[in-house]
Amino acid sequence: MFGYIARRLLIMIPTMLVISALVFIIIQLPPGDYLTTLINELQAQGESGEERIAYYRELYGLDQPMIIQYFNWLWGMLHGDFGHSFEYDLPVSEVVGDRMSLTFVLNFFTILFIYIVAFPIGVYSAVRQYSVGDYSLTLIGYLGLATPNFLLALILLYIAKAYFGVDVGGLMDEQYIDAPWSMDKALSVLEHLWVPVIVIGTSGTASMIRRLRANLLDELHKQYVITARAKGLSPKKALVKYPLRMALNPFISDIGNLIPDVISGSAIVAVVLGLETTGPMLLNALLAQDIYLAGSFLMFVALLTVVGMLVSDLALALLDPRIRLGAEASK
Amino acid sequence: MSDISNKNSHWVNENEWNPDSVTKLTTEQERYYQASQWQLMWWKFRKHRVALISGIFLVTVYFSLLISEFLNPYNPNHRHTDYLYMPPQEVHFTHEGEFIGPFVYGTKGEFDLKTWQWVYEEDMSDIQKIRFFCSSNDYAGAEYEFWGGLFTGDTHLFCPAPGGQLFLMGTDRLGRDMLSRMGYGGRISLTVGIVGIAISFVMGITIGGIAGYYGGFIDSTIQRVIEIIRSFPQLPLWMALSAALPVTWSPILVFFGLTIILGMLDWPGLARAVRSKLLSLREEDFAVAANLMGASPKRIIMRHLMPSFMSHLIASASLSIPAMILGETALSYLGLGLRPPITSWGVLLNEVQNINDIVLHPWLIVPMISVVLVVLAFNFLGDGLRDASDPYK
Repeated sequence: MFGYIARRLLIMIPTMLVISALVFIIIQLPPGDYLTTLINELQAQGESGEERIAYYRELYGLDQPMIIQYFNWLWGMLHGDFGHSFEYDLPVSEVVGDRMSLTFVLNFFTILFIYIVAFPIGVYSAVRQYSVGDYSLTLIGYLGLATPNFLLALILLYIAKAYFGVDVGGLMDEQYIDAPWSMDKALSVLEHLWVPVIVIGTSGTASMIRRLRANLLDELHKQYVITARAKGLSPKKALVKYPLRMALNPFISDIGNLIPDVISGSAIVAVVLGLETTGPMLLNALLAQDIYLAGSFLMFVALLTVVGMLVSDLALALLDPRIRLGAEASK
Repeated sequence: MSDISNKNSHWVNENEWNPDSVTKLTTEQERYYQASQWQLMWWKFRKHRVALISGIFLVTVYFSLLISEFLNPYNPNHRHTDYLYMPPQEVHFTHEGEFIGPFVYGTKGEFDLKTWQWVYEEDMSDIQKIRFFCSSNDYAGAEYEFWGGLFTGDTHLFCPAPGGQLFLMGTDRLGRDMLSRMGYGGRISLTVGIVGIAISFVMGITIGGIAGYYGGFIDSTIQRVIEIIRSFPQLPLWMALSAALPVTWSPILVFFGLTIILGMLDWPGLARAVRSKLLSLREEDFAVAANLMGASPKRIIMRHLMPSFMSHLIASASLSIPAMILGETALSYLGLGLRPPITSWGVLLNEVQNINDIVLHPWLIVPMISVVLVVLAFNFLGDGLRDASDPYK
């Protein structure tokens, strides 16, 4: 098991390196940079601001070749220095503040929600195949898959405002924004969390239900289940003891597909609902060509995904001895 | 000697040989056994009612895009300056108990200086009958250029009464007819999916084919690249790439840029499917035989291996089209995708940015219904195709 974990952790390093290179290329892609915009702006205002510009050039080595800029950036990140946000004129780590941890909390609860809801419904749909409940749940699932989640957020906002007169946007009550963390703030976050969690989780839940249903149906139609039933095993035991455990494997490993989806969904839903997470700030940073801020956010979501994949692989290895033993043997 | 000849002699049936003598096939069975693979798939697909209906629906929608000009009453960019933010008009059939046929009441708008909103009121005495197949130029925004200016026309499937208005889905901020904008918007939104999937299809087959056929170092390199692309959340990556499209580009260039971005990030899934199929198929006898007879790798892949899993690819491609349509909608909604004057469903939804927009003008969110319908239909179709792609099961 330790060998497996070590191997899995080692794979992460080149992956993250390649991702960081990709992110760096992407954020450098737009023609021109923030400094050129800044120079134009300052000139339009009649200032020269040469000192400030020279300072930035010096600080980020913008005169140096790309490859050196990249290594500077990478080296800084490894030391917890994420660069300077041009737009806010502050270090990125100060601009970001709580946003990263809130994003993590939001995504974590969404995935938890998906599993908690999808598991019983998926099992029910498989066991009661072609029942009224199965059909209606399948239909709802298809609708959940087809509705873009930012539109779901808009509709929910509308219903809450038009019929209940409440504003469900935001991730905490206003007085807690920028306030230090306290018990009340945490409670307020939990209170607001359920709306985005449901909105982001819907499509993931729908696809998870479909997958669990299909997996479990495959298992239930196998001959060992029929034998078990014929030998007089109770229906419950003939479901829980073996088929369910077999169907759980793909259910768990699917988290690898789920995490990128959830993170994508949370980025856009956060914009609509005005959540204090990375999504809206990433959008602004991209639009304003605030490259280091955007780059940090992109690195963060990538890291979140890669770590999520790691967790899912480890969970799978715990669950399925074939995987961890296979890894040991091939060493 | 006689012994041997005796041993060799055996009984021979005098009748003509008939393979069906033991088990006679019914005509139905015969038809089934003689049918080609594609025929079997079609039979299986036909049984999946919902998928069949979705398929017909989608084909109809795509064909209707060719004649949007005729199907929609107004030019999507014509501004009716007297009718800003007008709510959808209701279609009536009877007036004071008397049957007239489909008509709307004339509507007058007034600007309320207190609430800073337009207020519209129906004039019950002004009955405006909806005309069908009208070919008149007597209302604003009627003329159009057909197929990129090939010829102009003014015939519409339905249109307002002379001098009247007909805004069945209301109007937007600039007084443009939402129904017509939705109709034209479908052109872009649905084309994005098709063009995107074409790009992704070609890339997926080529790259997956190379990985699966050659294996070894090439395969593991491609596998790592796929893993890295897949481990990146799609939407933030789309956002970053489309933010990188130069602002100076014309809307048409942006459209192609966006489609290429959507397609370029979709291929890993297809490439993976192609690779795993190829890995298992290239060991089959017919592939080995083709190789021994000196067929080139290209010929073996395209001629012998590809047809046996093409159906799977088509099924999985039809499941990724909706993802692209949703991607375009999301990006345009965020303002990172297509820009006016190009009209797509995402661009239309871009008008609804916050809660106030929906509470005051709920009809602006209607393009969403078409998005959901099309995506739903593609999902059903894809499921049906996937089931049918393995007709022997």
